[in-house]
Amino acid sequence: MMQGTIQNRDAFLNQIASRLGRERLSAPLPRPAWQYQPQDEVLKDATVNELVEVLKTHCLKIHTSFVMTDLQNLPETLEKTIADYGNESIVTWKDQRFSDWGLDPLLKDTLPRQNIDVYEWDYTRGAENIRQAEKANIGITISEITLAESGTVVLFSDKDRGRTVSFLPKTFICLIPKSTIVPRMTQAARIMREKHLQGNNISSCVNFITGPSNSADIELELVVGVHGPVKAAYILIDDL
Amino acid sequence: MTMKIGTGQFKERVDQGINDSFMRGAVAGAQERIGTRRNDVISELNWEEWRSHGEEIRQHVLEHLDYYLEQLSENVAKRGGHVFFAQTGEEANEYIQQVVAKKDAKKVVKSKSMVTEEISLNTALEQAGCEVIETDLGEYILQVDDHDPPSHIVVPALHKNKEKIRDVFSEKLGYQLTSKPEELAGHARKKLREEFMAADIGITGCNFAVAETGSFSLVTNEGNADLVTSLPKTQITVMGMERLVPTFEEMEVLVSLLTRSAVGQKLTSYITVLTGPREELDVDGPEEFHLVIVDNGRSNILGGDFQSVLQCIRCAACVNACPVYRHVGGHSYGSIYSGPIGAVLSPLLGGYDEYKELPYASSLCAACTDACPVKIPLHELLLKHRQIIVEKEGKAPISEKLAMKAFGLGAASPLLYKMGSKIAPMAMNPFTDGDKISKGPGPLKAWTEIREFPAPNKERFRDWFKNREKGGKQ
Ligand code: SF4
Repeated sequence: MMQGTIQNRDAFLNQIASRLGRERLSAPLPRPAWQYQPQDEVLKDATVNELVEVLKTHCLKIHTSFVMTDLQNLPETLEKTIADYGNESIVTWKDQRFSDWGLDPLLKDTLPRQNIDVYEWDYTRGAENIRQAEKANIGITISEITLAESGTVVLFSDKDRGRTVSFLPKTFICLIPKSTIVPRMTQAARIMREKHLQGNNISSCVNFITGPSNSADIELELVVGVHGPVKAAYILIDDL
Repeated sequence: MTMKIGTGQFKERVDQGINDSFMRGAVAGAQERIGTRRNDVISELNWEEWRSHGEEIRQHVLEHLDYYLEQLSENVAKRGGHVFFAQTGEEANEYIQQVVAKKDAKKVVKSKSMVTEEISLNTALEQAGCEVIETDLGEYILQVDDHDPPSHIVVPALHKNKEKIRDVFSEKLGYQLTSKPEELAGHARKKLREEFMAADIGITGCNFAVAETGSFSLVTNEGNADLVTSLPKTQITVMGMERLVPTFEEMEVLVSLLTRSAVGQKLTSYITVLTGPREELDVDGPEEFHLVIVDNGRSNILGGDFQSVLQCIRCAACVNACPVYRHVGGHSYGSIYSGPIGAVLSPLLGGYDEYKELPYASSLCAACTDACPVKIPLHELLLKHRQIIVEKEGKAPISEKLAMKAFGLGAASPLLYKMGSKIAPMAMNPFTDGDKISKGPGPLKAWTEIREFPAPNKERFRDWFKNREKGGKQ
């Protein structure tokens, strides 16, 4: 990665320091010892199954359908979900887990034979991926971290996991391994921070997605489906 | 759009606001609906602790702002982003115009950003030959309606009813369907999709930048910010210099405070954390990323009596709690920043000459201070403004000197006390219709001359007042 440029910094920061009545800070600041940490209290002692219940209940509030399945029944569940949302074109990430979970026969054979286009993200084809995502009716992704409290899935972009798979299609289907459930955003933020501190680059785009896109900008009436997906479905996979 | 909206004098604006019955109903409805949702969603938490944590994070950042901005800029550059520090709005606009020229850009899509409105970026972009499209649905409606000014920080087109929006869409966009919100939104979706796909540059604001990683977060429900940041080849993010946190851990806390306070949701549909331009083999996301950090008067607020206003996370909870805002609507403030936060911030950024009446647009009931998720003592800052204005001008701009005594200088006013105690038994909810006072003392006078005035939240008011009487500081 090429180093970017920084312009006009010193005068700007000197002005801040002088307003604060001191010299510029140069030595590294230690992590502040916060007096309050209320975020750790939320769902503190909940078991995984309790977290699943919280997630499931919250899905009702966020206009998101929720099904639970296990690895054995996943292909059937996914097939049914795809049918529920119109059996039209699909775009997916390129992700080994689809194969590991036994979805190849469905995605690479059964659906195409029914004339349902299934496009798998392929970075070597450049902008064609975005055209395909824009055309697709359904986008399928996988949650890396799942927040029970708010019903949120967390997606990390990379070359095989395009950002637009979750935004451009009309329906957003997210596969959620049960092992990814945590109480709330607090744990996700820590995981991300850990990753960074261990020297890994954080993805250029991390998406916290909670149901379909919506707006209340017209007379405060809720409209579901504005710029992003109109519908959202979570499929929870018991992988524990 | 600049920070200043409308041309009329203060009183005319207030008059217009009060006589717009749709607007008044819409504002009241919005306050109630958002307020109820907010109360539900904060009641699950130990909210006071959350607020205290929010406050300590924001205070810490302001005290060490130079350090964190330096760290942020280093980390953005490390990930290949370009950082420009702009002392003024003009400097920011010029830099962005240069990027536009270098990219030979013709079309810019934007997601909602207060700071870009504050610095009139859209005008600068248009001067540079760009078409600018606001993509937040509310902002888009305002833009299509010949740049009608926003009336609420979070719900900018709150003052417009759906019939009006239908008429505007029919006239300007050839829209032929009904005034149903989903049909209107569907039309906007279609139009804006084309714009997203064709845009050269995407411009966003910034909810919270993260110093440790050079990241920043965007909070929306519509998903427009995601399209703004994944489709155009060049992305420019403009942030007010105070909008940052040390690490992801603090970002998370503030995002949680923001979404709960702003819209009563645990999290909004989309919270997007972006770091640098896209990586080498990525297909979507910008190839080039610029971060513009704007001072534009903020540093003058640091180190003074008003520093705490920079803790603001622009959630509008204070706006939604304010009985004066409810009464007069957003346009009365004459600034893109309306409500209590607007009354504190606009004079600081735009000067007392322009905004000296705003600190009087308050009954000092402290509902704003109670609502603020980062504990900005808004009503105290309003008082402070009044003191300064009176010192400067020798008189209050819209009411008599006596008022200052009553409100700010510690002298007990029997009238004021009566107002606090008389109202108390009348209603549980200070915002219900039966709960109005028709004569306000002091600063309220100019307002109540026009119409009845809703009563302040009496319990808080009395507590506050008692404290004042004892000479205590709250
Ligand atoms: S002052 Fe407080 S309540 Fe008002 S917008 Fe800012 S953070 Fe929200």
